[in-house]
Amino acid sequence: MAGIYIHIPYCHQKCHYCNFYSSVSKKSKPAFVRSLLKEIELQKAYLHQEIISTIYFGGGTPTQLNTFEIEQIIQHLYQHYNISGKAEITLEANPDDLTQEKIIELSETDINRLSLGIQSFHNTDLEYLNRSHSANQAIEAIKTAQRHQFANLSIDLIYGIPTLSNQAWIDNIQTAIDLGIQHISAYCLTVEAGTALDVFIRKGKMPAIDEEKASQQFEILMDVLYKNNFIHYEISNFCKQGFISQHNSNYWKQQKYLGLGPSAHSYNLVSRQWNVSNITNYIQSVEEKNIVPFEIESLTLIQQYDEYILTGLRTIWGVDEIEILSKYGREMYDYFRKQIELFIQKAWIERQGTIYTLTKQGKYFADGIASELFITSD
Amino acid sequence: MKNIRNFCIIAHIDHGKSTLADRLLEITHTVSARDSQAQVLDDMDLERERGITIKSHAIQMDYLHEGVMYKLNLIDTPGHVDFSYEVSRSIAACEGALLIVDATQGIQAQTISNLYLALDHDLEIIPVLNKIDLDAAMPEEVKDQIVDLIGCDRDDIIEASGKTGYGIEGILEAIVSRIPAPSGSVDEPLQALIFDSVFNSFRGIISYFRIMNGEVKKGDFVKFFATGKEYHADEIGVLKLKPEPKDKLSAGDVGYIISGIKTSKEVKVGDTITHVNKPCLKAIDGFENVKPMVFAGVYPIDADDYEELRSSIEKLQLNDASLTFEPESSMALGFGFRCGFLGLLHMEIIQERLDREFNMDVITTVPNVSYKAYTTKGEMIEVHNPSSLPDPNHLEHIEEPYITAHIITKSEYLGGIMTLCIEKRGVIKNQVYLTSDRIELTFELPLGEIVIDFYDKLKSISKGYASFDYFQSGYKTAKLIRLEILLNAEPVDALSTLIHHDNAYSFGKRICEKLKELIPRQQFDIAIQAAIGSKIISRETVKAVRKDVTAKCYGGDITRKRKLLDKQKKGKKRMRQVGNVEVPQSAFLAVLKLD
Repeated sequence: MAGIYIHIPYCHQKCHYCNFYSSVSKKSKPAFVRSLLKEIELQKAYLHQEIISTIYFGGGTPTQLNTFEIEQIIQHLYQHYNISGKAEITLEANPDDLTQEKIIELSETDINRLSLGIQSFHNTDLEYLNRSHSANQAIEAIKTAQRHQFANLSIDLIYGIPTLSNQAWIDNIQTAIDLGIQHISAYCLTVEAGTALDVFIRKGKMPAIDEEKASQQFEILMDVLYKNNFIHYEISNFCKQGFISQHNSNYWKQQKYLGLGPSAHSYNLVSRQWNVSNITNYIQSVEEKNIVPFEIESLTLIQQYDEYILTGLRTIWGVDEIEILSKYGREMYDYFRKQIELFIQKAWIERQGTIYTLTKQGKYFADGIASELFITSD
Repeated sequence: MKNIRNFCIIAHIDHGKSTLADRLLEITHTVSARDSQAQVLDDMDLERERGITIKSHAIQMDYLHEGVMYKLNLIDTPGHVDFSYEVSRSIAACEGALLIVDATQGIQAQTISNLYLALDHDLEIIPVLNKIDLDAAMPEEVKDQIVDLIGCDRDDIIEASGKTGYGIEGILEAIVSRIPAPSGSVDEPLQALIFDSVFNSFRGIISYFRIMNGEVKKGDFVKFFATGKEYHADEIGVLKLKPEPKDKLSAGDVGYIISGIKTSKEVKVGDTITHVNKPCLKAIDGFENVKPMVFAGVYPIDADDYEELRSSIEKLQLNDASLTFEPESSMALGFGFRCGFLGLLHMEIIQERLDREFNMDVITTVPNVSYKAYTTKGEMIEVHNPSSLPDPNHLEHIEEPYITAHIITKSEYLGGIMTLCIEKRGVIKNQVYLTSDRIELTFELPLGEIVIDFYDKLKSISKGYASFDYFQSGYKTAKLIRLEILLNAEPVDALSTLIHHDNAYSFGKRICEKLKELIPRQQFDIAIQAAIGSKIISRETVKAVRKDVTAKCYGGDITRKRKLLDKQKKGKKRMRQVGNVEVPQSAFLAVLKLD
């Protein structure tokens, strides 16, 4: 089991909160696609011919590519990698790009899952976030996709937006449920350093985030979705039975993945590496030197343990003490057992057999708990 | 002896003492410009960084003047009020002093008090107007100040610049022609004044001395007067850039002795060295046992490091005899030490040296002074720690140490400084205009008020222009009470302070506000309370964190996230758990940072 992530670094406009790498200038797009096809070949060896069970187009905005370009990339992957016949192939898409015509084209490709950047069904929130679509466009895109055989739809929603009341948040979740969405990724609005939102808030041009309200909306989120039989399988991810995102789950289950395109990250259990976050630099190096500039970090055993805790705790599958004992040894196991005790007492962690997972209350403090379980290497 | 000149330098911090001294060393070829690390005399990193001298140093220069070779011994003096006793001993070893005054700043309080010390010892004063090359120099005005102060002839003031080298030759000539050669007799029994000692990890303690009478030879059997201990002079010599061994040193000489002493406690600054067989009749005047003025708890951040902390403090004490310590324990912080310091700067230096030289991360508690508590039974107990104050029922009264403080400032800051001193329970004793816009104020102040945040406030009120010096002037009865700080209803002994009754309310309020700033939000509300006895006088709340979880955690987020949480964990390691509350290092010194 391994996955491939493809980063499409173009956007129609930048959202105020977003810190992913992308460009609004599309001049370089043809050259980028050429370089990406070449990188697909160059990186063939990274996953050692393992079977690829997931492909994920993220960004940026992958729907900034035309369907021909997307199809070309998929075909190239089939040609050079060992792609499973049942692979989950996801495309991130923005509602404003999803015309009926585009959806029909996409339905004829091997893409079998769409992840739609909806964020809110209220225009005031969309304006605050500087999204390039309206609430109506969002609903239309969802309905059109459903009419054209997309039976695995995921949407992104954001809470904790200053313009979003608790009632409006309940409405957003309910709208998604009523539309029959199978998968919801719900993120708390986070002010990342260097984003427009960060600047506006610091300059007092936009209201700051109210932690208390964000925490109430997290509560609402869990309550409403639990009632509607959604599985809370990761801090920010909920789905109907059978619709867990295979690709994203790989990130939390210590599976290998290969990232292609500028700024994309790869992981092979013992190291992480990431491509240069610069389109021009990326294209030039690939075209002229046949290499992708990247940075790499080898993971020590302690770092591997820390990452296991960090990612595992966020999920429904939790952290398994047998895994800790067998992979990281007695000392780390004893440390883990000692540290986790306090959280069990506080009822933030639940133990079933050898598996430890966050309780509902514990989900509010996942970072603090993980940090306490960390082994710092100094 | 007639070709020896022993002198020291009196100067305020930043008035250019070290740079000027370096020029003297260069021009006499004691060091070459190429070899000299900037400011040769300040050889501890800490000294160079802070630009002040912490320990005394001495260095000998050869100077050829009108065909005669002179030995000039420069005895450097510590540049801070905490070390005024050491200054007085260095002065006692000299016949003359260079009074260096910054031409852009004029005379400062500390210069004056050290100058008085020098005049008390009948030193010949050579006034030097430094930094004369700067545009902001006010030579005529500052010369007026100097003439007023020491009553010298205006022409006796030497204009100089340590930076450009201007006037340095003139200073050397003045040292030879104006400073008297040492008096004293080679035939008298040996009498040598110890003015400093340093610790060397190979040689043990090296004591620096000035021979007043008699002579000492290598191998002599000598005795230290105050301690009564006897040693063989394994090595004696003079202090060039590096120590230079000699077979014999005589009256008037400045030198060093190595005699197998292992700890600095055995060598007391101000003590007299004499021969065992032919001792002098009396010690050199002026010896005092230096007593610490400021006390604070020093605790390891990690309780497991207690023994390591002890051995680190012991090692520091090897070359800093003025540091005292005894074990103590705190409910909040566990096992640690009550350390005694000469003053606040000394305390900071020790804390920094523990960190730099021994990699010991410590929590220092609020400093306090030494109180005298009289019990109803008529006993007197010295109290070095608020928590060891006797029960109020058995307490007759408390006395606290007072100081006489000299402050020199520009007249425009007078109002603000007066207000500050009165807030600190000071009583004005004297006010003199040194020039039309410079005032010298004399205040009686409780030392306990000075150790908290006086100096920083004085600096900020006067925009750095006020200077301050003090000496201890006895004890007075005071209405002191113990102010307790509670975190979630648990008293934290390490945060308690002794405070004057009249200031308790406003102080309690301010410290609660400050702690609220310093204690990070945690997973529950934290109540911070100030209390006198069982009465709560102030309260603040640190609100609980409601949510501590990152929204996204995908491919690229994992590395970033891991590093962030790792940092969070390391930050927490530097905190101390008190009850259920994590308290950062800085909070234990919150009192020092009140606005």
